[in-house]
Amino acid sequence: MAGTILAVPAIGFTAIFAVLRFPNFTVAAHATIGAFAGYVANTALGLPAWAAVVVAFLVAGIAGVLNDTLVLRPLRPSGALTMAIAAIALNIALENVVRFIFGNDHRGYELALRRDWRLGVLRVGPQQVENLAIALVAMVAVFLFLAFTRTGKAMRAVADNPTLAGIKGIDADRVARLVNLVGMGLAGLGGMLLGLDTSIDPLTGFRVILSVFAAAVVGGLGSIPGAVVGAVTIGVAEELSLLVLAPAYRTAIGFVAILIVLTLRPRGILGERAY
Amino acid sequence: MRNYLVAMLTFAGLYGLMALGLNLVWGMTGLINLGLAGFFAAGAYASALVTVKLGLPIAVGLVAAALFAAATGAVMALTTRNLRGDYLAIVTLGFSEVVRLVASNEIWLTQGTDGISGIPGPWRGRVTPETFNLIYLAIVATFVVAALGLLERVRRSPYGRVLRAIRDDDQVAAVAGKRIIKFKVEAFALSAGIVGTAGALYGHYTSYIAPDAFAPLITIYVVLALTAGGTGDNRGAVLGALLVVFFMESTRFVTGSLPGLRPVQVAAVREFLIGGSLIAVLRWRPAGLIPERIPRAETP
Repeated sequence: MAGTILAVPAIGFTAIFAVLRFPNFTVAAHATIGAFAGYVANTALGLPAWAAVVVAFLVAGIAGVLNDTLVLRPLRPSGALTMAIAAIALNIALENVVRFIFGNDHRGYELALRRDWRLGVLRVGPQQVENLAIALVAMVAVFLFLAFTRTGKAMRAVADNPTLAGIKGIDADRVARLVNLVGMGLAGLGGMLLGLDTSIDPLTGFRVILSVFAAAVVGGLGSIPGAVVGAVTIGVAEELSLLVLAPAYRTAIGFVAILIVLTLRPRGILGERAY
Repeated sequence: MRNYLVAMLTFAGLYGLMALGLNLVWGMTGLINLGLAGFFAAGAYASALVTVKLGLPIAVGLVAAALFAAATGAVMALTTRNLRGDYLAIVTLGFSEVVRLVASNEIWLTQGTDGISGIPGPWRGRVTPETFNLIYLAIVATFVVAALGLLERVRRSPYGRVLRAIRDDDQVAAVAGKRIIKFKVEAFALSAGIVGTAGALYGHYTSYIAPDAFAPLITIYVVLALTAGGTGDNRGAVLGALLVVFFMESTRFVTGSLPGLRPVQVAAVREFLIGGSLIAVLRWRPAGLIPERIPRAETP
C-alpha cells in the first residue's frame, strides 16, 4: 500500500528525465493541475472518482505537452541546468495560475460516504482500495504501453540512445511530446489520487515533490521499474519513520534517503550510471 | 517615501548579496544551487539563535551564519561530487524544503511557525527608526561592496580561471591537473556562506523571522536578479538585484490598482510575473544586461 500511489508521479518524473535528460520540477505543478481538473470533473460534472482521474490525466498531460513545447523546448540548447532553472520558474508560474482561479482554500472531493470494510480485525476504507486499484491499473497500462507498442519501444529507444534512435528514423520531437503527455498525465493522476485521501490546494503537488524526487533517485533516476521500487521503499520508510519521528518529518525522510543513496550507490537501486 | 526607498534599497542589497553568491557558483563554476532560500534561512536562523538564545554580539551571529551555511553547502557539494549537475539541483531544492520543515517543527529551538522575534539590530532602540534604517542600509551596502570586491578578485585571479575552466569543461580542467572536486566544494561553500550572511543580515534588519519568509520564491528572485543582470558578471548581479526589486515593487502598484481582483489573486499575478519574467529572460536575453567578459590572462 505505502508508496504505491507515490509511484505514479515518480514514474512520470523519471520517464521525462529518461527521455529529455533534465529534472523537470514542473511535475509538482502538473500534479496540482491534475488534482484540480479532477476536482472540477468530480464536483461540477458529477463524475465518480474513477472517471475523474481520467480527466486529471488528460488535462495534466495536455498541459504538460503545451508547457514543454511552448516554454521549455526553446531552452533545450542552453543545457539541462538552465532547463532545471526554467522548470522551477514555470512551476511557480503554473501554481499561481491555479491559485488565481481557485484561491488558496483547501477543497475536498465529493465522494460517496461508504462504510469501512472489515477484514477480521482490519478496517479498510473502500476509497483507499479504489485509489490503490487506480494506481495499479495506471502502472500496468504504462508497462504494457512501453513493452509492447511501437511507440513505447520508440520512447525506450530514445531514452537509451538518442543518437542511434535518430539514425533509425525515430522522430525525437514526437517522442518528447509523448513522454510529456504520459509523464505529466501520470503526475496529474498521482496528484488527484493523493488529494482524494485528504484535500487539495495550489501546493498539493509541491508538498509531495520531495518524496517523488526521492522515489526516483532511490530507484535510479531514469529507470521506470526503479521509480516503482523507489516509491515503495520511500513509502515504507515514511511509514516506519512515524515510530521514531514526529509525523511532520515524513517528507524529510525522502531528503535523507536521497543523501544516503547518493553517498552509497548514486545510480540508485535499478538505475544506470549517474555520472 | 524616503523610508520606503531606504527599505527597498536594503532589500535590493540583500538580494544583490545573494545574487553575488549565486554568481560565484552558477556564473563562474557552473554548479547549480536551487536551494538559495534554504541557505538564506539557515543563515538567518543561525544568527538569530546565536544572538537571541545565547546573547552573543551580532558580529558573532553573522560569522556563525556564514560558517553554518558554508558547512551545509560543503556537505551538499561533497554528497553530489561525482554526479551530474542535475543531482545537485535536486538535493539543494530538497534541502530548502527540509530547512523549512525543521524551522517549523523544532519548536523548542525555533519557536516553530510563530517565528523568532526580538532579534537584535545594531543601535536599534538607541536611535530613531529612520536613522536605524539608514545605518542598516549603510551596513548592507558595505557587505555588498566587500563581497563585490572579493568576488571580482576571485574572478580575475588564477583561481577564478580554474573555476571558469571547470564550468566550461571540467574534464579539461582535471586533465590540466586541477583538483576539480576541491574547487567545486570550495566555491559552493563560499557561495553558500555569502547567501547565509545575507540571511543573517535580513534577520537583524527585520528583527523577526518565521519559516514562511523563506519560500522557494526567494530562489527565483535571486536567479532572476543574476540572469537579468548578466550571469558571470559580478556587477550584473548587483544591478540585476536592483532591477528585480524595482520590477517587483512596480508590479505591486500595478496589480494593486487592477479592479475586481481579490488579494489572493493579486498575489498570484505577482508571483506569476516573477516566474514568467525569469523564463522570458532565459529565452530572449540569456546573457543579461551586462554580458560576461572574460578577463584576458597576461601573456608573459
